[in-house]
Amino acid sequence: MSSKEWPLWEVFIRSKQGLSHKHVGSLRAADAQMAIDNARDVYTRRSEGISIWVIESKLVTASDPDESAELFEPADSKIYRHPTFYNVPDGISHM
Amino acid sequence: MSTKNIEELEKEFQAKIDADIKIEPNDWMPEAYRKTLMRQISQHAHSEIVGMLPEGNWITRAPSLKRKAVLLAKVQDEAGHGLYLYSAAETLGLDRESSIDDLHSGKAKYSSIFNYPTLSWADMGTIGWLVDGAAIMNQVPLCRCSYGPYARAMVRVCKEESFHQRQGFEIVSLLANGTPEQKQMVQDSLNRFWWPSLMMFGPNDDNSPNSAQSVKWKIKRMSNDELRQQFIDVTVPQAEMVGLTIPDKDLKWNEATGHYDFGAINWEEFNQVIQGNGPCNKDRIDARRNAKENGAWVREAANAFAEKRKKKELTH
Repeated sequence: MSSKEWPLWEVFIRSKQGLSHKHVGSLRAADAQMAIDNARDVYTRRSEGISIWVIESKLVTASDPDESAELFEPADSKIYRHPTFYNVPDGISHM
Repeated sequence: MSTKNIEELEKEFQAKIDADIKIEPNDWMPEAYRKTLMRQISQHAHSEIVGMLPEGNWITRAPSLKRKAVLLAKVQDEAGHGLYLYSAAETLGLDRESSIDDLHSGKAKYSSIFNYPTLSWADMGTIGWLVDGAAIMNQVPLCRCSYGPYARAMVRVCKEESFHQRQGFEIVSLLANGTPEQKQMVQDSLNRFWWPSLMMFGPNDDNSPNSAQSVKWKIKRMSNDELRQQFIDVTVPQAEMVGLTIPDKDLKWNEATGHYDFGAINWEEFNQVIQGNGPCNKDRIDARRNAKENGAWVREAANAFAEKRKKKELTH
């Protein structure tokens, strides 16, 4: 008897035309087609989506939370990337 | 790998919790936090799945096509809730198969309420009104739980539960305003489900040893007794509105506290049901085991089909 557990899939749903797919959760399915079918039943019972992506969870590479300080620090120190860093003289508009 | 010692990590962890920063799956967390959540989320998932059984009992006997469609949709939602929760628990490293085996062996617990039988159609109303009502009371604070995947699952669940409660109350209210026999049927149902519903909130606070730690970790946001009182306060006027009598002779409004006073809960019954001696414990577990065993060939066939399709793709 093959008691092999179905693999885990991550599910992404596009809620409407014009918006990107968003992660909604995960589920188990034997293959990609079944993952789509199950995602339809599990995550879109109330018209939450018009398009589904699934990917096997083991294929996702994630950044390490323990290294997030070093990973994201460079962005924190570059405040000149934000428009609020600059002084705009009074009287200047449309900028 | 982090070089910090465990005290530092625990301190940082608690500081995040105190600052209302959610904990996500790959973040460091104390083993006890992980274990507590795995136990709570898997019990919650088991409850959703076992919770399909008392209502499933009435799908083929619903009084109209409309009621049948509604009940089917509700039971399907419960399956969905179970699935959101199992996958939330899997983010903590739970093994789904062995967790389900623990349910089937009696090692894992589920909500005591589902060990009571559904004897009449009115029970479909009472379950939606009281059982889903109590579940919502419990689950709304869990939407703010410190563990991200659990909180997100709860948001989805709560959105869906409100339909469950309303359809239940509609059944109750129609029967309560129906023939004398219908009114009697729904009163009888309320008499049977009232006290078990109050037990759904768990033991009294001074008898709930793990609560303090769960509150500190913001897994639990309100105490068992607070939630139970809140449930009674909102439910009693609903019963009065449809002319039903809550089966508690000690129930009365307390002007001074602004809450209802209520009678003593039979905790001996609660403990018996939790320990497996409720009216339907054996039926429920047997039904789950049969479903798994009799469905094994479907899971194997799906695996075989997936293998075959994979091979075909490789040769193309």
